[in-house]
Amino acid sequence: MKLNGAQILVNCLKSENVSHIFGYPGGAVLHIYDALDACDDIIHVLVRHEQGAVHGADGYARVSGKCGVALVTSGPGLTNAVTGIATAYMDSIPMVVISGQVSSAVIGNDAFQEVDAVGITRSCVKHNFLVKDVNDLSNIVKKAFHIATTGRPAPVLIDITKDATIAVCEFEGYPKSINMRSYQGEITIDTAQIDKAQALIKQAKKPIIYSGGGSVIGNASEALRTFTRRTNFPITQTLMGLGAYPATDRQSLGMLGMHGSYEANMAMHYSDCIIAIGARFDDRITGDLDKFCPYAKIIHIDIDPSSVGKIIGVDVAVIGQVNDALSAITQALKDQELPNIKPWWQQIEKWRAVDSLSYQTKAGVIKPQSVIQTLYEVTQGEAIVTSDVGQHQMWAAQYYPFDEPRRWINSGGLGTMGFGLPAAMGAKLADPASDVVCVTGEGSIQMMLQELSTMLQYHTPVKIINLNNGYLGMVRQWQEFFYEKRYAMSYMDALPDFVKLAESYGHMGIKVDKQENLKPALLEAFKQKDCTVFVDILIDPSENVFPMIPSGAGHHEMLLAGRDKMKTKNDKGLNLV
Amino acid sequence: MRHIISLQLENESGALSRVAGLFSARGFNIESLTVAPTNDKTLSRMTIVSIGDNTIIEQIIKQLDKLIDVVKVTNLTATKHVERELALIKINNNPNSQIEIDSIIDAHGAKIVGVSADTYIVEVAGKSRRINDFLMACDTFEILEISRTGVTGVCQKKEY
Repeated sequence: MKLNGAQILVNCLKSENVSHIFGYPGGAVLHIYDALDACDDIIHVLVRHEQGAVHGADGYARVSGKCGVALVTSGPGLTNAVTGIATAYMDSIPMVVISGQVSSAVIGNDAFQEVDAVGITRSCVKHNFLVKDVNDLSNIVKKAFHIATTGRPAPVLIDITKDATIAVCEFEGYPKSINMRSYQGEITIDTAQIDKAQALIKQAKKPIIYSGGGSVIGNASEALRTFTRRTNFPITQTLMGLGAYPATDRQSLGMLGMHGSYEANMAMHYSDCIIAIGARFDDRITGDLDKFCPYAKIIHIDIDPSSVGKIIGVDVAVIGQVNDALSAITQALKDQELPNIKPWWQQIEKWRAVDSLSYQTKAGVIKPQSVIQTLYEVTQGEAIVTSDVGQHQMWAAQYYPFDEPRRWINSGGLGTMGFGLPAAMGAKLADPASDVVCVTGEGSIQMMLQELSTMLQYHTPVKIINLNNGYLGMVRQWQEFFYEKRYAMSYMDALPDFVKLAESYGHMGIKVDKQENLKPALLEAFKQKDCTVFVDILIDPSENVFPMIPSGAGHHEMLLAGRDKMKTKNDKGLNLV
Repeated sequence: MRHIISLQLENESGALSRVAGLFSARGFNIESLTVAPTNDKTLSRMTIVSIGDNTIIEQIIKQLDKLIDVVKVTNLTATKHVERELALIKINNNPNSQIEIDSIIDAHGAKIVGVSADTYIVEVAGKSRRINDFLMACDTFEILEISRTGVTGVCQKKEY
């Protein structure tokens, strides 16, 4: 069958069972759009900005577990997409991004809308391809999906010159398999390491499971639950890992790290055996490395060998699929006696009794924590929650306990403001039956506001919970603590009327400025099944995120709201971002 | 410590910049880098000399291994190997020092590979140390230009 490159591409995407493409047309991809128009099996979501396309594909991928697909034109189309690609890369999200490129004859001539897409994206993709010959196209698409979805998932870019989309060649069908001598997606777990891991586990007196995004991305939730229950060990989860193990379960100590719970961080600090699962010892988790977990032997289970030993030296490394590794360890522990950790649990319960997430209510103001708690109540904990980046992100993570994986969608690695809204759109398309909420702030939401328009066109009714404090809250919090309350450029004057704004985009808007109106407003919002509702909530502008490990401190030095005064700056800590 | 890392990588455009980009993006150090095709036309051989403690070298090797274009990574320093470097040195042709230059060249196993009215080009090959020693010995002459290839090497084992 003779087809042009664009038709071949669309055929390949169909063979990959791509259901949604998030994209934006332009000169270099006109042929692709022409071919896409003739295809009824793929829904194209026309975003309003290419960053929104990639975040949309990202949200879709995180919720569905499938590979997200975005399509953008050359030049500015690609550069706009880069933030989205880097966001997905940092959080290991499987994604294929297709970009148009100027014709091969003019590459390198500074042609109109030409950028070196492969060069620009090199450091934020797992791999990228420049396709200049139509004969290479189907093999490259196959490779791209294979690379993006196997091993440690990540975005892969396919940059296709316009002439390659026009040129015609014989298409013999999408390759069934691909053999790459330089890439193995599957890793066989070394059983000797499993033995070492179970031997360490059997000696532990103060163990803790530290589970990260890999447990979610690697679909290891069931294996994690089985392992955790079998051992009766306490478990703490990272921002990226929330939901893999149910947060409301007794063994869960909540999130760890900079704004983690007191019990989780104290247990990490005093632990003698840390079982790190699909987690990468990020700086938000470790605090000051010199003070990190001084007493612990560390078992690190991860699919990416380069994650192991990168930041913290480990005692046992288990390289492979988290799911397989956990099942193997659980199997190895079968019929084995585990140590008595009752004293450890007693200690943990004392830390838990500190109730580090308690907060003071104040008459006349709405506390952001209470907004998230009310949201939890109204959605019965079952919503998919996306978030932007800042204080609201931390409050959502702290006060909305997730019991299932792929329900908490946020940009944990790159920390991309503007992620939440398009991600919510992608999430709703992936799971139309679930309530989808975007928890955001008036700073973040304005970075991707234009996607409200896309959301009307593609009918993705989500609820936007805008924690509006007039400040870039996390910046303001750090300025209060570390810059002697000099609030340099963190106040946002001249905010829009978000209710009218939502209405002008064809959605519903509700403003909440009194605590007593909070729950009725949220109930009203969630009653609207077919309508996106923007709930603009004026919250206490002075509220800070607690507890907190201040910059340069260790886990055991964390500060609690109401109990501790923020110590003034510490030179080591100031270097932290 | 100095390590010689040997790579086999797909002989494709962009493969070199992926490796070079990795080093700069992650703040790893490159002392020298050489790359050329092998007897298998689809593969290139790249030899990188880097300096770092064991943790850093381990990270470098793991990160290189992650690159899709990299087929194989070997730390030559950790195994029996042969390493060589070649240098071309352009020296001002001063008749007064010719005898002295000739004797240094002989002593170091170097050779003159190009002569013009006012310059010599001397070739010296061997371990990097040998080239450094030769350059030290030439200290009193007027060196106009030096071009070193950087280290290349192979492992001695039949298969590795």
